[in-house]
Amino acid sequence: MYKYDHYDQAMVDARVADFRDQTRRRIAGQMTDDQFKPLRLKNGLYLQLHAYMLRIAIPYGTLDSRQLRKLAHIARTYDRGYGHFTTRQNLQFHWIKLEQAPDILAELAEVEMHCIQTSGESIRNISADHYAGAAADEIMDPRPWAEMLRQMTSFHPEFSYLPRKFKICVIAAEEDRAAMRWHDFGLRIVKNEAGEVGFEVYPGGGMGRTPFIAYKSADFVPQHQIFSYLQAVLRVWNRHARRDNIHKQRMKILVHELGEEEFTRQVEEAFEHILRLGTDFPQAEYDRIAAYFEPPAFETGLRDEIDRSDPDFAVWLDQNVAAHKAPGYAIANISLKPIRGIGGDITAEQMEVVADLAERYSFDELRVAHTQNLVLPHVRKQDLYAVWQALRGAGLADANLDLVTDIIACPGLDYCSLANARSIPVAQKIAERFADPARQHDLGELKIKISGCINACGHHHAGHIGILGVDRKGTENYQLLLGGSGDEHTTQAKITGPGFDEDGIVDAVERAVEHYRTIRESGERFIDTYRRVGMDGFKEAIYG
Amino acid sequence: MAESGNPLPQAASEAYYLRFRDDVPADEPAVSLDSFFEQPNAVSVRIEAGDDPERLIPHLSRVTLVEVDFPKFRDGRGFSTARILREAGYTGEIKATGDVLVDLVYFMRRCGFDSFAPDVAIDPAVLEDALSRYPYVYQHAADDAVPIWQLRHPELANG
Ligand code: HEM
Ligand code: SF4
Repeated sequence: MYKYDHYDQAMVDARVADFRDQTRRRIAGQMTDDQFKPLRLKNGLYLQLHAYMLRIAIPYGTLDSRQLRKLAHIARTYDRGYGHFTTRQNLQFHWIKLEQAPDILAELAEVEMHCIQTSGESIRNISADHYAGAAADEIMDPRPWAEMLRQMTSFHPEFSYLPRKFKICVIAAEEDRAAMRWHDFGLRIVKNEAGEVGFEVYPGGGMGRTPFIAYKSADFVPQHQIFSYLQAVLRVWNRHARRDNIHKQRMKILVHELGEEEFTRQVEEAFEHILRLGTDFPQAEYDRIAAYFEPPAFETGLRDEIDRSDPDFAVWLDQNVAAHKAPGYAIANISLKPIRGIGGDITAEQMEVVADLAERYSFDELRVAHTQNLVLPHVRKQDLYAVWQALRGAGLADANLDLVTDIIACPGLDYCSLANARSIPVAQKIAERFADPARQHDLGELKIKISGCINACGHHHAGHIGILGVDRKGTENYQLLLGGSGDEHTTQAKITGPGFDEDGIVDAVERAVEHYRTIRESGERFIDTYRRVGMDGFKEAIYG
Repeated sequence: MAESGNPLPQAASEAYYLRFRDDVPADEPAVSLDSFFEQPNAVSVRIEAGDDPERLIPHLSRVTLVEVDFPKFRDGRGFSTARILREAGYTGEIKATGDVLVDLVYFMRRCGFDSFAPDVAIDPAVLEDALSRYPYVYQHAADDAVPIWQLRHPELANG
């Protein structure tokens, strides 16, 4: 895992001092909230319905036990004893006092963490495959590149007042576990025929009110030119984006208006120019960073057999554990989606349990997935039972990874000032409806995603089943969508028809799911069946 | 770029005008980009946020002042404008005008701006803090700051 040197530490410490000063000026009345807003947004501090919310960056979703314990401490000391993992691998606290925010940043800086560029019109925290460094199918660990780009895009002078936010995602496997093509700038690490490393580049994705799936603008950008290419993309967008309407300033809109071909042409022209400036980082710096991501010292000669005699454990094993690249090891997923809980929420005590497990059983590493679950990336198979028992003791052993109750839901009307409708209670009602483990397992992989308004924080465009809260004549109303996905065959979900009230939407989901069960062919997941038969049959089943 | 270490405002006119250069400021008012092309003797030009700075590149040898306007501080197009001009080899003055807040000046300096005539005067004490706060930079820009990655590899300094 990456460790700060004195340069990185000095930059994060400077930001703490910067923010302390800005907050002091605000509290002393030397700044209006209007002037303070863009500054606090550069530090992930939002004003919400009830309090301030602080978003903490977890670069490429990687954490160690010391950091997670610090987050637990912050949850207890400055919040209400819990935190919330987000769909971009970050952590949010929802009950923050402005005057304490600088102290929180100082505490974070002690463990090499920060809130830099986690909100506002900036280059956001860079996300990556949460199985990076452990996945059996990756061609290399994408995180050294993500770290490289994190540094190069921190306090970038030309791109600190962008038209809108800008989200980057890096993966290095054929399978896309990170919804890469739903980002403004998606990268897939590939090797060419000569065995050289480079990037497939996918600009122009994004959700929100006008969703677009990123297109491929380059098949192979050589590895040490990727920062130039990124700057070219940013410069074209920064110069030519609309500035008159906040809803039309994301890069996806410019790509759409210019057309992919013209956008690519302009990027290539800028790329050729920027390449000549020599701003890319050298191999030596890549090597320095990559050394931190060397695989841990995996033991050899471990047994692959696992004792499955405890049936509850066996269920968890089959559902939540994934293949690891090292023999004798496995990837253990920790579900943060208990049936009656709030997806992504975790208490300080649970954070400490997970931190202990990471330290003891997973080379002191853990990951945050965009599905708002946690991952112990490197667990010996022979330790899985002990890990599961500890998780069960902490209420963290739900065996529902990727199943119908593993729902992504945005904060919605319970917290969010922009919401049309509540999301969390809908997620809870659906989860209760499908709570029976046998039923969940029979239905198999099924990704439900719920947003409380068109901003799409809950990824409803990418849900196998998506739910969107709309405001209909002052009452909460929900639209149902089908067929979205954030995997390597990324698709955008389509609206089925007229909306439903809160109970109606749960029934409608159940009708769609039952229709799938009736017509599925053997081995088909919900999304496979939908892709085979299309919308019509589902529509009939839903609306009768 | 002519540098002076002294970031105190200097009075070119009545209005606030912060300048980081030692040469004599241009005394003719900047004209719009279109007028500039019609006036072969013009040496001061004003670039509005939507203008294309690349049009100016073939004519840079006669330019001594480029004003870049920021209609709203949120509108960051001017940052790219300044970089494009510096990357084309322009060494004359680049002045930021309009809604230039103190917290932007540090980034503007890095993009090649060397004078500031914002709508609202900047508090010198706050400016000094803002300009000296960050001890290092992570990337190359139009200034001569050495990026952290290069500091980490002194062995690469001479090629
Ligand atoms: C509770 C307060 C929140 C507010 C006010 C808020 C606001 C917004 C807004 C306005 C957008 C649309 C941006 C655009 O289209 O350019 C957006 C998008 C998004 N938000 Fe939130 N959000 C909140 C919480 C969250 C949370 C908790 C998560 C993660 C679980 C989240 C994840 C996202 C994502 C993934 C997007 C879509 C990005 C895209 O368009 O590509 N947000 N949010
Ligand atoms: S989708 Fe809408 S309701 Fe949900 S968190 Fe985002 S802005 Fe709020």
